[in-house]
Amino acid sequence: MTLLKVENLTMRFGGLTAVDDLSFTANAGDITAIIGPNGAGKTTVFNCITGFYKPTRGRIGLGALDLAQMSGHTIAANARVARTFQNIRLFPRMTVLENLIVAQHNKLMRASGFTLAGLFGLPGYRQAEKAAVEKAKAWLDRIDLLGRADDEAGNLPYGAQRRLEIARAMCTDPVLLCLDEPAAGLNARESAELNRLLLDIRQRDGVSLLLIEHDMNVVMGISDHIVVLDYGKRIADGTPAEIRADPAVIRAYLGEPEGDAA
Amino acid sequence: MEYFLQQTINGITLGAVYGLIAIGYTMVYGIVGMINFAHGEIYMIGAFVAVIVFTLLGMMGVTWVPAAVLIVLVTSMLFTAAYGWAVERIAYRPLRGSFRLAPLISAIGMSIFLQNYVQLLQGARVKSIQPVVTGAIPLIETGHFQVAVTYIQILIIVLTVLLMIGFSLLITRTRFGRAQRACEQDQTMAALLGIDVDRTISMTFMIGAILAAVAGVMVTLYYGVVDFFIGFQAGLKAFAAAVLGGIGSLPGAMLGGFLIGLVEAYWSAYFSIEYKDIATFSILILVLIFRPTGLLGRPDVEKV
Repeated sequence: MTLLKVENLTMRFGGLTAVDDLSFTANAGDITAIIGPNGAGKTTVFNCITGFYKPTRGRIGLGALDLAQMSGHTIAANARVARTFQNIRLFPRMTVLENLIVAQHNKLMRASGFTLAGLFGLPGYRQAEKAAVEKAKAWLDRIDLLGRADDEAGNLPYGAQRRLEIARAMCTDPVLLCLDEPAAGLNARESAELNRLLLDIRQRDGVSLLLIEHDMNVVMGISDHIVVLDYGKRIADGTPAEIRADPAVIRAYLGEPEGDAA
Repeated sequence: MEYFLQQTINGITLGAVYGLIAIGYTMVYGIVGMINFAHGEIYMIGAFVAVIVFTLLGMMGVTWVPAAVLIVLVTSMLFTAAYGWAVERIAYRPLRGSFRLAPLISAIGMSIFLQNYVQLLQGARVKSIQPVVTGAIPLIETGHFQVAVTYIQILIIVLTVLLMIGFSLLITRTRFGRAQRACEQDQTMAALLGIDVDRTISMTFMIGAILAAVAGVMVTLYYGVVDFFIGFQAGLKAFAAAVLGGIGSLPGAMLGGFLIGLVEAYWSAYFSIEYKDIATFSILILVLIFRPTGLLGRPDVEKV
């Protein structure tokens, strides 16, 4: 079943066309990877999906919604799309636990009847708060950070910050999680852990993943479906095995010098 | 010694008022990175509402003091919250994302506008009310000098401390406080997590305005007089307090308020009352030169 349907997406910045008439789909329950050389327009696609940019043209369908027409907090609140960044964007001066609770803002807001019930500490709201803390702790357990719940997030080691960022995105209860280079800067062991975490998220939480990644071990290891971009256009689309064998891809991307293709 | 004690009491009272106003400066700076120069005017409007409502209550024959003070506080809070909301909506939000100086200039414009608006509506003359809360508790009596703390001073200090505690809990413990801090640290990320950033910023302006209203009401009770210009000076001093404590830091704003109040009281008592403002603003300048991050502020980390 199709979850995300990008149709004829075009994004121009002045004379530069970063994304050029791009169409692809991501199925529900799949891990879909977007790969391509630097400057291919991958992050621009993410920015269009998460409302940072308003596309010049095109539709980004998610169920009945068109993400291209939405912006700001409504994408997380109504469309339930969450995202992480290439450069980590935790709230560094909040505790690890608070980072996960703040991501449940909307749920708590509804439970608080938009402030009133919360103001008077009604039992329904207190219960919702307790549930939010429980959920945050369950996630900390899953990413092995339970012991550091009360530390400031900015003081965590790099790999832990990456895991926390993914957990925080998951705490918004997304249907689609967009990860922008989650393996960047991770060593081999950490990147293997990341693979396990992402597969676990798909299996246990039933969340579909959209992934930009340069680390081919991650991409080929966990993706169900790969979309290859070059100069803002889709040059290939298929399973990891198909992509590996695609001559256009090899030319544009994998054919670059050996090693880390980034 | 007795004299010193008396001045300390006076200074803390004054400092409480500055602290309440300073919180508004520091919160707004924290979340939108601008100095809201119209904040002093919000305080002035709070004081005017207090004068008007006290007068109305007097005419209506409401003479029970606790009820009168409570009604005045609530009315003044509602009015200033509306003003705080409107100022942000009209003068600052359209300029968000514009160049850094734009909202600052807009804030100065808003400040001048509000002063003149009150002057036109209420007249330029000083307005006064009859003393509402009277009486004092004598603490120490020597032959020629009496140290006393008046009921109104007690009211100001107790109310301020309660508000500051409540406010700290609001920021550290509640859903709104978490959203507020999240927006302060990374607005785009906060929006991506589903937090309505515009709403959070509006709430911040309203809460700052409400605290300024309390300060306005307290000053009206304390001195009994207001005019359209009081917001300018109190605003500047509260701003000095916020900078002294470290702009962006909430405990800093409270500490800075009390320190500025004490400096002013001691300076007036031991040196010269005419030069008390010079003392206050010299502190502002010295802090800006030698410790720009203030007493409790953290060094500004470059945001990418």
